[in-house]
Amino acid sequence: MLDLIVQNPIVSALIALGGLALVFGAVLGFAAVRFRLEEDPVIQQIDDLLPQTQCGQCGYPGCRPYAQAIANGDAINKCPPGGQATINSLADLLDVEAPTLDAEHGEESDVKKVAYIREDECIGCTKCIQACPVDAIIGAAKQMHTVIVDECTGCDLCVEPCPVDCIDMLPVETGLNQWKWDKPAPIEERPLNIIASDRGTTGEAA
Amino acid sequence: MGSLIKVWDIPGGVHPPENKTQSLQLPLGKAPLPPSLTLPLNQHIGKPAKPVVQVGERVLGGQLVAEAEGIFSARVHAPSSGTVSAIEDRLIPHPSGYSAPCVVIELDGKDEWVPLERCEDVNSLSKSDILDKIRAAGIAGLGGAGFPTSVKLNPRADHKIHTLILNGTECEPYITADDILMQTKAEEVVAGSQLLAKLLDFPEKILIGVEDNKPEAIAALEKAAEGTEIQVISFPTKYPSGGEKQLIQILTGEEVPSGQIPASIGVVCQNVGTTVAAYRAVRYGEPLVSRITTLVGEALETQRNVEVLLGTPIEFLLEEHGFNAKKASRLVMGGPMMGFALPDPSVPVIKTTNCILAPTKKELPPPQPAQACIRCGLCAEACPASLLPQQLFWYAQSEDFEKLEAHSLFDCIECGACSYVCPSHIPLVQYYRASKGAIRLHQQEKEKSDRARRRFEFRQERIAKEEAEKAAKREARKKAAEEAKRKLAEQGNDSAPRKSVDPVADALAKAQAKQQSPEVQRAKLERSLEAAKSSLERARQPLEPSEPGVEVTDEQKEKQKARIKQAELKVQEAEKKLQQLTQDAQAPESKPEPEAKSKPDTKAKSDDPVAAAIAKAQAKMNMSPEDKLRSSLESLYKRLSKAEEKAAAAREAGDEKADALQQGVDKLKQKIADTQKELDEQKPSTVAEPSSASRHNDDVASQAIERAKAKAAAMETMSAEDKLRAQIESVKARLEKARERLANAEAEENENVEAFRTGVTKLEDKLQQLTEDR
Amino acid sequence: MLRVTSPHTHSARSTGQLMRLVVFATLPGVVAMTLAFGWGSLFNVALASVSAMVFEAAIMRLRGRPALFYLRDCSALVTGVLLGLALPPYCPWWLVVTGSGVSIILAKQLYGGMGYNPFNPAMVGYVVLLISFPVEMTQWAAPASVLPESQSLVGLAEGLKQIFAGVPVDGYTGATPLDVLKQNSGQTMAGLYNSDPTLQAGMLAGAGWEWVNIGFLLGGLFLLYQRVFTWHAPVAMLTALGLTSALFYSSGSDSLGSPIFHLLSGATMFGAFFILTDPVSSAVSTRGRLVYGALIGILLFVMRGWSNYPDAVAFAVLLANFAAPFIDYYTLPRTYGHQKARRATEKEEH
Repeated sequence: MLDLIVQNPIVSALIALGGLALVFGAVLGFAAVRFRLEEDPVIQQIDDLLPQTQCGQCGYPGCRPYAQAIANGDAINKCPPGGQATINSLADLLDVEAPTLDAEHGEESDVKKVAYIREDECIGCTKCIQACPVDAIIGAAKQMHTVIVDECTGCDLCVEPCPVDCIDMLPVETGLNQWKWDKPAPIEERPLNIIASDRGTTGEAA
Repeated sequence: MGSLIKVWDIPGGVHPPENKTQSLQLPLGKAPLPPSLTLPLNQHIGKPAKPVVQVGERVLGGQLVAEAEGIFSARVHAPSSGTVSAIEDRLIPHPSGYSAPCVVIELDGKDEWVPLERCEDVNSLSKSDILDKIRAAGIAGLGGAGFPTSVKLNPRADHKIHTLILNGTECEPYITADDILMQTKAEEVVAGSQLLAKLLDFPEKILIGVEDNKPEAIAALEKAAEGTEIQVISFPTKYPSGGEKQLIQILTGEEVPSGQIPASIGVVCQNVGTTVAAYRAVRYGEPLVSRITTLVGEALETQRNVEVLLGTPIEFLLEEHGFNAKKASRLVMGGPMMGFALPDPSVPVIKTTNCILAPTKKELPPPQPAQACIRCGLCAEACPASLLPQQLFWYAQSEDFEKLEAHSLFDCIECGACSYVCPSHIPLVQYYRASKGAIRLHQQEKEKSDRARRRFEFRQERIAKEEAEKAAKREARKKAAEEAKRKLAEQGNDSAPRKSVDPVADALAKAQAKQQSPEVQRAKLERSLEAAKSSLERARQPLEPSEPGVEVTDEQKEKQKARIKQAELKVQEAEKKLQQLTQDAQAPESKPEPEAKSKPDTKAKSDDPVAAAIAKAQAKMNMSPEDKLRSSLESLYKRLSKAEEKAAAAREAGDEKADALQQGVDKLKQKIADTQKELDEQKPSTVAEPSSASRHNDDVASQAIERAKAKAAAMETMSAEDKLRAQIESVKARLEKARERLANAEAEENENVEAFRTGVTKLEDKLQQLTEDR
Repeated sequence: MLRVTSPHTHSARSTGQLMRLVVFATLPGVVAMTLAFGWGSLFNVALASVSAMVFEAAIMRLRGRPALFYLRDCSALVTGVLLGLALPPYCPWWLVVTGSGVSIILAKQLYGGMGYNPFNPAMVGYVVLLISFPVEMTQWAAPASVLPESQSLVGLAEGLKQIFAGVPVDGYTGATPLDVLKQNSGQTMAGLYNSDPTLQAGMLAGAGWEWVNIGFLLGGLFLLYQRVFTWHAPVAMLTALGLTSALFYSSGSDSLGSPIFHLLSGATMFGAFFILTDPVSSAVSTRGRLVYGALIGILLFVMRGWSNYPDAVAFAVLLANFAAPFIDYYTLPRTYGHQKARRATEKEEH
């Protein structure tokens, strides 16, 4: 038997390859069971990149569902609140070309906004409370409602259901606490200065 | 006094031209009173103070105008007498050029002061007294950062302070405010140091650190400190040795761990100006209303140090010192290394204004255009924190925040030494500031989005849970209905299953049933009445085996048994009567009412306590009729309230059925009221036979129930508020609809717009009235 | 009113000034070279500087940037001067122009220009020439002191002829001391010093060469005094070179050369003070520069001793340029308030 194997190259090759296949199959099978992931980690990573406004502008009922959809191959350019920055980082994560924002789902806004309820007009219908994806509106039936500004993601979802139209989306106030220095313009983008000094002045024209 | 302290060196540092002589030519002056003062409410690090004066109010010098908000805050006082002309947003001295709330005082020139509380013997004061006085005087760090002094002087209990450092370094070029203060008020510096030392439980070392370019100040201090434990240490001039962390390193050789405060290594560092202000606050009761500021720069005719009232517009000061706006290239608050360009000369002097620099274009030329970084490493050599500025610059350019943090961006003290030496004129510090700000904002946003995610997920979970609960309830209701049906079918059968279904579900089923058409309702109610009876019987049966668990005595048990039998009969009869009564009265709704109410209870009482309760209730029937009635009424009352509680609980849980339940309860109440009327008619007869309790058991029992209804009705009037609320709700809903209609009409330009409008106003009026009633 | 971030004051130093200081500091070396080898080096320097600046200006034009502004930082001038000094005197003009073209276009501008080049441009130019034109690149003029009595240094006209017309001047080239040592077969150190004319005419490391090296050392010390760069990289390199050569030193026939020989021959000092100190392509932290310099010193000795290229400063520097980011990664300084430096490795410079 052994002789047969040794002397017959085809049989020995088959046995060797078959054996290897079995061994690797077993290893892979074991790994698949042992190191099984409950959830696709990429969903979590995508979810971390999404802005968590839960606005549903992407067509999914929240950021996580959209993250799942992206993991399943949906387009990454459906998130207006995240804007191009989010698209870029998603493209980075998924190693694809970064598309531009799909205008169908809305436009990117530079200004962060939050909802404000004009409280004297509020009739206490609780419709906005039901619409708010992050429970950022408090109030009870027939009682005036108000928005917890710190928790509001600016998703816009409460504006539509309001029967008396008393919700405004207002830009977030930027106080001293939010103020920061601007990054200096990149060196390459200061033609005026460069030309001024090219003329040999000491930069006074700058 | 020979110094035994070793002076250490700090890495890096630069030697910019000192330019300190210009402002030292003239002695310390005093700025005249300006016409008005603008006092920003946030001159310190922390929460803005809260104004305690009104517009139009007259204030005296030293009077409190704004109270500290919490611990991390500092009071603001009026520096002179005058009238508060405005409390509004004004441009503040801040690099952002933003406006912030300020108290504006029009001065009357009289400079009248509130009486100050002097303290002749500072040593007799307790620590907390001293701290209170410092806090009350609104002292904040005068060196530049404006940290509330009382906070700094009150270190955590586990931070044992071994070294108190008085910072007289003043390493920034041009500034001489602390220099002249140390020259002229050396005694107060020393006395203040001793005061602070007391607050800090007498640290082992009290050091006054002064750069060696201030020989006069050093001499004055040494003279004043003679005979005390205070040591005046001079060390070589190098920028930025006056930075708190750097000075600590120079004087102790120790480094403040990254992200911690000096107290964590047992050191407290205070600016000499702050020390004097604290001393004066304790000794003379003077609040912090003025400071010494250096006015310097070639664009000024007179360059000198002045004592200036806080809130004085810088414009005013500049004019007083012959400012030539044409010559000036910029206006800087603070020194040339770390100060910031003022957005506008109208901003006021604040607690942290140690210098106003008005240089000419020649003196401080505008920055040259930046060239490429050649990684020459001069910045790394100059960095006092041993960072790699050029690497930070690369990462700041590409906004690689992770790398920036890995390269310890947040240990940068923004001293500007790197920008100063950069041969390519790259505004490095601005890159770091922008990056720090961006990282902070980024973190805030990240936090916020994480919170939003959690809230969203929580909400999803909650909704799912509610759905599940709803489904379960629906299931239970269905089951209950089936059960009831089956029971009807199996009436008289002994093998009745024990009820374990939620009473609320039952009540719901009933409430729902009641909402159906009168015929069906009546039929159902009759059926349920039967069921109730049988269940009552059954309720009594399990009483026996379960008795050991009941909280009644043995004697009572015996009695109970007898009574239960009696009572049961009575109840049955009463029910029959009731049925008749309701039929006679042709008020089908009134009849099932009590059963509906009692039933959930009886059912619920299939367990021991319930059975006991029934037993008790029945036991009471042996009392005098009046008492019996009263007690039965009470029990009814309780039951109703329980039902209400359940409804409320259901509502609280956000159950959909809550509304249904509530409606049921409301209807029950109304029905109780109806029956109450009938009952009232019968009342005289019951009253007429008070003694014949045993004989008229039947009547009495029924009457008892009627009375219970009466009481319930009475209670119902008590809960008029509920009714009112319901009313308001309906009105509101109507109003809402009316408004919608009005809006539609307006949109369509309907002819009836006027009608709609009046309808809406009427509704609004009604609503108004109702709410007022409430 | 200006609204700019602090600091509002600035030291007088600018990049252009630093670069001009570097050019100025090459003077002693240039003088020594001219004295030793004639006008050739000056021609090289002039030609390389001009062509480098022309290339720089042309590229900046192509990139749509103001050429004059970028020329004012003098980095192209420095590259040209250094390349010119590295090339053999009297080498053909096209060699110089090609070299400066490679330096400026390939090694500098294609990477993004000033500040972005990972390799020392002058050394890239030199290495490209050395590999492409080995014959022309190894024709070093013989130092004046070893020429026969009858001969003097190549004259101006002859030199120009050789450079531009390719008319060779016979008898003016000779083996450099490093070549001599490389090709040594069987002679002891003492024998070499006695037999080779260059070594014989010199005191320490060959006539002319030792003075050239001393010239560059002086220039380097001047730059150190001017705080144009820090001492770390040059000192580490010279120390490493000296120590390794001392370690492997023997005076026998298999000698790799004495420490003093290595320190004062070839491009040792030129490399140590003018090539290593190019900040763009070197490591950034002081500790990193110690490692970087030591690495070059060791590589230099290894290559001189065992490779085919007798003077391998350029190769050693380029290899160390490769390693610079890696060195940076492990040699972050310990920041104030931190217990220890991040990702620190053990010191390995000695």
